[in-house]
Amino acid sequence: MSEQTSVETGSGSGVKADGRVPAIELRNITKTFGEVIANQDISLNVYRGEILSVLGENGSGKTTLMNMISGIYYPDSGEILIDGEEVLIRSPKDAFRYKIGMIHQHFKLIDVFTATENIVLGLNDGRYDLPAYEVRVKEICDRYGFVLDPKKKVYDMSVSEKQTVEIIKVLFRGADILILDEPTAVLTPQETDRLFNVLRRMREDGKAIIIITHKLHEVLSLSDRVSVLCKGRYIGTVITAETNEQKLTEMMVGEKVDLNIHRSDPPKDSVPRLVVNNLVCKNEDGIEVLKNISFTAMSGEILGIAGIAGSGQRELLESIAGLEKLESGEITYNNPATGAAEDLRNKSPRQIRELGVRLSFVPEDRLGMGLVGNMDIIDNMMLRSYRGGRGLFLNRTDPASLAEKIINDLGVVTPGAKTPVRRLSGGNVQKVLVGREIASAPTVLMVAYPVRGLDINSSFTIYNLLNEQKEKGVSVIFVGEDLDVLIELCDRILVLSSGQISGIVDPRVQPEGITLKEQIGLLMTKKVSGTEETPAGSEESSSAEGKEAAND
Amino acid sequence: MTDEKKHKHVREPLIHLAKRDNLPRSKALLIRTIAIALGILITCVFGFLIIGWSPSRIVHAMLDGTFGTENRRWDLFEKTAILLCISLAVTPAFRMRFWNIGAEGQTLIACLTSAACMIKLGDKLPNPVLLLVMLVLSITAGMIWALIPAIFKAFWNTNETLFTLMMNYVATQITSYFIYIWSVPKGSGHIGIINPTTHSGWLVSIGDYPYLLNILVTIVMTITSYIYLNHCKHGYEISVVGESEKTARYIGINVKAVILRTMCISGAICGLAGFLIVSGADHTVITGSVGGLGFTAIMVSWLAKFNPLAMSFFAFMIAFLGKGAKEITTLSGLDSSFADIVTGFVIFCIIGCEFFINYKIKMRRKEAKHE
Repeated sequence: MSEQTSVETGSGSGVKADGRVPAIELRNITKTFGEVIANQDISLNVYRGEILSVLGENGSGKTTLMNMISGIYYPDSGEILIDGEEVLIRSPKDAFRYKIGMIHQHFKLIDVFTATENIVLGLNDGRYDLPAYEVRVKEICDRYGFVLDPKKKVYDMSVSEKQTVEIIKVLFRGADILILDEPTAVLTPQETDRLFNVLRRMREDGKAIIIITHKLHEVLSLSDRVSVLCKGRYIGTVITAETNEQKLTEMMVGEKVDLNIHRSDPPKDSVPRLVVNNLVCKNEDGIEVLKNISFTAMSGEILGIAGIAGSGQRELLESIAGLEKLESGEITYNNPATGAAEDLRNKSPRQIRELGVRLSFVPEDRLGMGLVGNMDIIDNMMLRSYRGGRGLFLNRTDPASLAEKIINDLGVVTPGAKTPVRRLSGGNVQKVLVGREIASAPTVLMVAYPVRGLDINSSFTIYNLLNEQKEKGVSVIFVGEDLDVLIELCDRILVLSSGQISGIVDPRVQPEGITLKEQIGLLMTKKVSGTEETPAGSEESSSAEGKEAAND
Repeated sequence: MTDEKKHKHVREPLIHLAKRDNLPRSKALLIRTIAIALGILITCVFGFLIIGWSPSRIVHAMLDGTFGTENRRWDLFEKTAILLCISLAVTPAFRMRFWNIGAEGQTLIACLTSAACMIKLGDKLPNPVLLLVMLVLSITAGMIWALIPAIFKAFWNTNETLFTLMMNYVATQITSYFIYIWSVPKGSGHIGIINPTTHSGWLVSIGDYPYLLNILVTIVMTITSYIYLNHCKHGYEISVVGESEKTARYIGINVKAVILRTMCISGAICGLAGFLIVSGADHTVITGSVGGLGFTAIMVSWLAKFNPLAMSFFAFMIAFLGKGAKEITTLSGLDSSFADIVTGFVIFCIIGCEFFINYKIKMRRKEAKHE
């Protein structure tokens, strides 16, 4: 770290040259869970009128640290000072007394209540004057530039509106130290910009703001200073204006990292591998979650799928994998071994496999679907292969050697192959899952949010694996959330907007006037206008019958 | 300034709970052993308080009641065997997270079937054939009783806990109906020992040991269950379905089929237990033939974390406590609920100690640190 000029490491006195006292200061905070050291000797401070980014990879202890400020955890040792006074925060109530407000990653709102009702929920001021509250909510909105209808019900809200409600909720209670835990993870690029503008206004208003993130460009565009954590340790604090992505990454990871993804051109002899035609799919409530989806996945390419969370990405992959009932439409797989076109429609995953279709699927819900958390790595390897071999008994020798191979090849950090996968960190869980899916030599590989929650090194391991598969001629379908990655990695990007395809973008071509990212962002929220009216009546009843039949 | 601050007295919560991750097996075993010892200690204190017996007298009475004579020893092992057999029956379902609390009814209906065969076919079939028929029909009866809730669960997702519980009552009522019909003498309300002279339908005893066959059958079942659950494809499917139905669907396991198949097995083992109770031990049927073992078995299965081998220990422990405490009640003239209380103490301690296996308690650190 010596090369960095303005890194302050030790705990320092925390008083700025001009004699100002930090709004909040942490000194030598340590917190352990069992043998895991979540935070070790962490010291940082934030002044009023300042935005501090707490940067670190997943599992570096950012959220644990913030939870100690907001009273959810209690530190094992160390001190917290507010305005220079040592304080004791034993519960969220204490935190609230010190005007600390935390906006969590997962919203805690009541769906059937309006924005205002949620905001004042639990507020005990002896009266319940909703119109007056609404006026105050409006005031807060106007002051900081939020866009929110105080009367709107939460179930009608977009993710970004829900987040707005959460932020106003803490402001309403008079918080002047705000902590935001990964606020941009669920937002589109446009929404992120809007949020940042709001945060800047709050800074001007004299609030102290801490934003937890692992996205470097956000840190650089928003914050005044950056405190970096790595594996639970405090690395240092730098002034944003004096640093850059490369330096921050090095601090965060502890070593030099190549941040480029090498994309090769798809082969000339690329053939259609998977053809999806007019796919329609309904959820349990009978609402169409996929509407007339048609696309072709080519061999030897990575087809990216972008969209706001919940736009039908999961349903699309699951219907291809044979886990969703289709209302209508076709899914055809061109088998490279036989040359035959196999119809995958309404087949179970097992039937699909028995057809000789080599389809691998890394689902979004790794421990709930792709793996069994309580089973060890060997037994999880067996999920795909346990039926093989004759007889009643399980063969654990092949899965055991596969487990060893994956542990070695992908560098899975684990005490051993017999460790339950739920004990592994997110990145290692994902390596186990991706490793298993690739081990069956797929011709189509579908991955949903494969790097969510992964650190930079693990993410790049996964990107490289996907690229390798692509170069082997596998048709890779990649559902991602980070547009920068999608743009760098994919050969084509299909954008979903509320269950429909709003566009297919070539990431090698720059659009005119706007950036590629903005173009995709616009497509993500674009309303796809009137696809032709489907002849409802007869179609509906016949597909309902088909559904019954498929049910068995 | 900072030095001043450090000396400021800051009150910290007195007790912290910290999760522990990987307690070594030996340590966990030690904690459990201490828990059982503690349970017995509480029993002694409790016994002293209400009947004034010294701890050594209580322990002695318990040992005497269970191991005192040869008959008592056989009885203890037979009770263990039946309890273990029913525990083995509920375990596959539990591993699948199918909360089958209907083992009582599944076993009772099998008891009734066995008794019915003995009454109706006792003088018509040669004994080996009769035994075979009884075995097959008892297993079928247990299976049907288990399959009905399983079908409802698999196809309409009904709540299996309530359903299996209700099936218990149905089984009890059917049994009491037939006991009335077949009672000897007519209308007396009990059947009495069936075929007391011909012994037809009585499970043959090996040598002079009437219960040995029951015990051997259970030992074989225990080992088979262990292998089935841990080393067979079926057992693996059961675990996957139990852990996550979503994962099961994802890899193409037919969840419905697994539910039905597993409950068939569960019911079949209950059927076997029912056959062993009637043919191998009681030679009659009453509504209390199973005597709550169907519920005790749930506890055994849970205590052993669904591991058939560990279950044999817990089944033995519960049989021992029950019989031992019963001896105390006989000698001291206490109500028989004393046995339940004693079992309760020990089990409370065993379950309670799980807390100490999962968590570590940290007290407030000493102020001396800064001195």
